[in-house]
Amino acid sequence: MSGLGARPISISRVARVIATKDLRIELRSRVVTNQVFPFAGLVMVMFAFALDNDAVLSRVAGGLVWLATLFSLIILVQRSFAVDSADGALEAQRVAGLDPAGIFIGKAIAVMAQLVVLEMLLLLAAVVLYRVELHISGVVLLVTCVICATAGLAFVGTLYGGLTAGARGRETLLPLLMLPVVAPVLIGATRATESAFTSGGAAVSDGWPWVGVLAVFAVVFAIGGILSFGSLIEE
Amino acid sequence: MSLVVDFRDAVVVFNGFPALAGATFQVTRGEVVLLQGPNGAGKTTLLRACAGLLPVVRGSANVLGIDLCVDRQSVRARVGLLGHANGLFADLTIRENILFWAQVIGASTDEVTATMHRMGIDGRIADEKVSLLSAGQKRRCALACLVVRRAELWLLDEPHAGLDAKGRDEIDAIIREASSFGATVLIASHELERTKGLATRSVSVVAGQVQ
Repeated sequence: MSGLGARPISISRVARVIATKDLRIELRSRVVTNQVFPFAGLVMVMFAFALDNDAVLSRVAGGLVWLATLFSLIILVQRSFAVDSADGALEAQRVAGLDPAGIFIGKAIAVMAQLVVLEMLLLLAAVVLYRVELHISGVVLLVTCVICATAGLAFVGTLYGGLTAGARGRETLLPLLMLPVVAPVLIGATRATESAFTSGGAAVSDGWPWVGVLAVFAVVFAIGGILSFGSLIEE
Repeated sequence: MSLVVDFRDAVVVFNGFPALAGATFQVTRGEVVLLQGPNGAGKTTLLRACAGLLPVVRGSANVLGIDLCVDRQSVRARVGLLGHANGLFADLTIRENILFWAQVIGASTDEVTATMHRMGIDGRIADEKVSLLSAGQKRRCALACLVVRRAELWLLDEPHAGLDAKGRDEIDAIIREASSFGATVLIASHELERTKGLATRSVSVVAGQVQ
């Protein structure tokens, strides 16, 4: 216990440690693999049963992938903050003076990593279940779309997760607040994915403007989160 | 002796109520001070104000040389507040919880190992998930996190709550050791007999005033 005294802590270090910790907890608890992934897969299957028409399914596949992603995002974000709130760990991080921007970035990165894996599985499910076709020219668009949309969803989710973390009724409050805000991501990602799938007569080139919208959205909420997360988790 | 805590006529408003109403209170380095008083007297508020979590709206408040009326953020990295919750990640092991804080401040794994040994949570128990530990083991793990963070001012709110006699003795030993290495400790407790033996001084907090 010798050598008392504070050392300077950088935002990047806090972000790295928080992201590693969140991912380690998820790997350990297997909630994502045992509950979130099956839930998202089930949503895709239920849509297939409900629509029961190959032509329609192929046309709406992009939208269904991103709807399933949104529903799963709610669970991921709630879980991300629940593990920190259960024994006052989020407050411990705040009390210890960890830079809120670092906490925000770290938690968003962890959510992003989980979402990317989920989206890969959902896109694979769309190809298998809904029989959409993906050409080489659409792959670049799809990958870029996934990166930008995932970043936007993770930043918004983490921001609103922090906002509702200490609130009563946070389980219902989070989707109520978050879903309207991520509507632009749903629209943009769906259009871009439809273009990548060339479904409904769309061309691949039609998707790029939507990717631009997704990128701007992600940047805006990244900056907004970095600037405001401290105030949101403060008493 | 340098002052670690220096509150003068400090007023702290919590939920619209002056939970500290002109408190004057000084603590010098290395002291172990017991805060006693009835529920709702302002003990927890005083600890949270010292940690920079609550704003001091009137009077002056300096902790570790930092004026809390001007800057409540800088002090946080240098104090350790242990309240009713332990602040641990239940799905991680003891080692991983302590390693988390070590990585945050850039402490070495040797320091983590040494801390766990000193706190008696090394060996097989170090790789147990926190959710499987007893209340006393969780408390020791939480205190180990304060040690590895190198907190200069320990703010302990009812540190003996929920522990059996052995667990309480262990917590006392840890607090004595922290003090011997230069940490300053404030303890809010209703366990007066036990804590008085531990403290170098005790003060009463009554109706938001320190007496």
